[in-house]
Amino acid sequence: MMGFELKRRAAPSRLMKVLCPVQAIALTILIGLGIFAALGQDPLRAFYHFFIAPVSTANGVSELLLKASPLCLIGLGLAISYRANVWNIGAEGQMYLGGIFATGIAIHFQQSWGAATLPAMVIAGAVGGMLWASLTAVCRAQLHANEILVSLMLTYVANLLIKYLVFGPWQDPNANNFPLTVNFDDNALFPLLASFGWDWLEGTRLNVSIFITLVAIPLAWFFAERTFPGFQLMVGGLAPAAARYAGYSDKRAVWIAMLIGGAAAGLAGVSEVAGPIGQLNDRWAPQYGFTAIIVATLARLHPLGVPLAALLMALLYLGGETVQIELQLPQAISFVFQGLLLMFLLGSEVLVHYRIRRTRTAARASVPAAV
Amino acid sequence: MKAETPPADGAAAAVSAQGDGPPLLRLSGIAKSYAAVRALDGVDLEVRAGETHAVLGENGAGKSTLMKVIYGAVQPDAGTIEWEGVPVSITAPTEARLRGIAMVFQHFALFESSTVVENVALALPEKVALKKLAERIADVSARYGLPVNPYQYVHRLSVGERQRVEIVRCLLQTPRLLIMDEPTSVLTPQAVDQLFETLRRLAAEGTAIVYVSHKLEEIRRLCDRATIIRQGKVVGHTDPRRETEGRLAELMIGRTFPHTQRRPKSEGAIALEVVGLDVPADGPFGKPLKSISFRLHAGEVLGIAGISGNGQAELLAALLGTTLSPSDAIFLTGVPVGHIGAARRRAAGLAFVPEERLGVGAVPELSLVQNALLTAYQRGMVRHGLIRRSDAAGYAERCIKDYDVRCAGPLAPAGSLSGGNLQKFIVGREIGQAPRVLVLGQPTWGVDVAATALIRQRIIDMAADGIGVLVVSEDLGEILEICDRVAVLAGGRLSPVRDVHATNAEEIGRWMAGGFPEKSDQAEAAA
Repeated sequence: MMGFELKRRAAPSRLMKVLCPVQAIALTILIGLGIFAALGQDPLRAFYHFFIAPVSTANGVSELLLKASPLCLIGLGLAISYRANVWNIGAEGQMYLGGIFATGIAIHFQQSWGAATLPAMVIAGAVGGMLWASLTAVCRAQLHANEILVSLMLTYVANLLIKYLVFGPWQDPNANNFPLTVNFDDNALFPLLASFGWDWLEGTRLNVSIFITLVAIPLAWFFAERTFPGFQLMVGGLAPAAARYAGYSDKRAVWIAMLIGGAAAGLAGVSEVAGPIGQLNDRWAPQYGFTAIIVATLARLHPLGVPLAALLMALLYLGGETVQIELQLPQAISFVFQGLLLMFLLGSEVLVHYRIRRTRTAARASVPAAV
Repeated sequence: MKAETPPADGAAAAVSAQGDGPPLLRLSGIAKSYAAVRALDGVDLEVRAGETHAVLGENGAGKSTLMKVIYGAVQPDAGTIEWEGVPVSITAPTEARLRGIAMVFQHFALFESSTVVENVALALPEKVALKKLAERIADVSARYGLPVNPYQYVHRLSVGERQRVEIVRCLLQTPRLLIMDEPTSVLTPQAVDQLFETLRRLAAEGTAIVYVSHKLEEIRRLCDRATIIRQGKVVGHTDPRRETEGRLAELMIGRTFPHTQRRPKSEGAIALEVVGLDVPADGPFGKPLKSISFRLHAGEVLGIAGISGNGQAELLAALLGTTLSPSDAIFLTGVPVGHIGAARRRAAGLAFVPEERLGVGAVPELSLVQNALLTAYQRGMVRHGLIRRSDAAGYAERCIKDYDVRCAGPLAPAGSLSGGNLQKFIVGREIGQAPRVLVLGQPTWGVDVAATALIRQRIIDMAADGIGVLVVSEDLGEILEICDRVAVLAGGRLSPVRDVHATNAEEIGRWMAGGFPEKSDQAEAAA
């Protein structure tokens, strides 16, 4: 019987490990061009509208950064978490809680706290994300529940919590029964970068929350590569038995990983409600928490790769919108691109570690002895 | 039993067992390279029916690769294989088994989540009812003195028990050529005798046996011919019965054989005391520890002999602190530590070399520097939560230098080292932490002769420096060579502790099978 099998390579090439995201991106673009052609578009024109046009204006660049910033922030937290084999899939829900906590501060205290409102919101948002993540941490560390399921399901709970609040106690009484809160005051909003007198940013929505992300990138790298707790998390992810032997607490690892992921997602939530959204409403579900899973994977869980991956994913979003407007293609095309990218990435990664070999063995083949 | 031999070879099987016809198996000019490493470089080997042929060589010499070539698990880059005078290519283990070639692997190839009988069924060419097969396993294991419960899950089995499954699996297939890769390292002396009895009987029935080992004494007892391999090349043939062990060792490692030097024992204060330790079984097929008590003095090596699966895993986990006990069950230099975990016991002066190297003692993906940090982090490599990389690198370099660890440098991933070199690194890392008590599980299992000698010497030197050393080992020869006192762990109970000069392999072998007197508390208190 002819067949194929995967053989582990003796030594995976270091070069190819580094190149495999590049290769995945190249293949995605190649197949993307083919899809555009199949849809009856001039591939090069479509390529221009998808990848170049969105970033050809100052406004386009600012929109790109506006989307990439929360993706990067969440992606950093998830990269650290996934290194420890803690599979937090519920960053989206932790982001919602960040938004909810920040909104709570904003609508109750923006009149009285003045300039202290926004810093309080940032702290509250991080705490909110951490509290939501800690529910998953309790279930995994104390009750041995699967964190993937728990964190994912809690996302839907968090979404319902938003709905309850904006349909109920936090609804703007002057909103004609629309499910949304009052608009935040300037005290509760991140100042626009344009307000600092940079002319070329005039009219863009980019705000100072991007500095949170810019600070988080080196911090995440430093934590993962230079601190002992970061090392312990990595050992726990690579070889749990070695971590137990060395005396590293696996419960502690789950807690640290979940709390870092939750805090990052919570901050991303603040940057949204106190940024472009400016309120809490029931339609706020940007899926950044889920897209950040792809961002962390694409970055090979390396903190310095996360910003690049976040920029790329943000570009896919924007490109989808542009081709919808310019070429009347469905926006779903950006999800096709996301899917292609993830698939090519995982595929190339497999081929870095394994090679495909043709086999011609009997059906009851070399079972145990060949391993 | 012979009816199971495939008919395709029936005609050729008529060749006389010991005669002058073509040998059963002939390899010529076999070569195999992995990336930059030449594992085999033009190896010739001839095996006749009915002979017991030793393949002798250090770990990394290429023995295992050569055996995998014969077994079809590895395809050679060059060279020919003749089976009964006919050139053949063995492209898969299935083909090897159809020709009647069976192999007991050094690193076991068993599915952990399946039972023993399921694992054996997977290796058989034909479909069989599991119930019948279980009976046959019970039969064979009883006949050859290899006790195995067919319905146990493999992940619950110790290293020693897994090897027994492998041997039984091969014997079930009535092999014409049986490859044994380091088969005796985990057997009691009586079981080794029994196994040799079995092998001699098989040989007398015409089965060829290729016996891979670096245990020279066994090779001299068992084998008719020896082929010696060094660095992928055949460096000699000899009749092992006519050579001394020293001469064989020289042939094997290419220089004089290092001997461990014992030093006069200086007995000090109690370094480690275990008092009435009860530990529940580690899973449904583990062994609960029942009221274990012993004292380890500073300056001595105490050996715990016995076959894995008799509570060894439970005892090691309880000593390391991955299993917690009542605080007053374990004392480290007089301080109760039963209730505290591994990190704090380490801080209190415990160093520990685990039985498993890859994945426990070291993280294969990480560099030696990072693996130094793994457990030696309390030696000034971490300050305010930050890693001091130069200190970790310096520590790793010292381990590499002092323990003669062959590697590409301190940044080489641990997984790239051979078993012996990695074990030297781990032992060096643990000893380097200046412990008060050093506990080692199977310190030289699967380690080459030169590394074994070095590790054993360091263990003895540690004790001479006033450290209490506890060695848990299945290798009785090792226990007798390096330990001052010895006890046996069997069935979850600990035998009386004997001075090593007041006992012998026969007595300990009997104890390993569970036949030791109940220890009286007075005797232990007097010791």
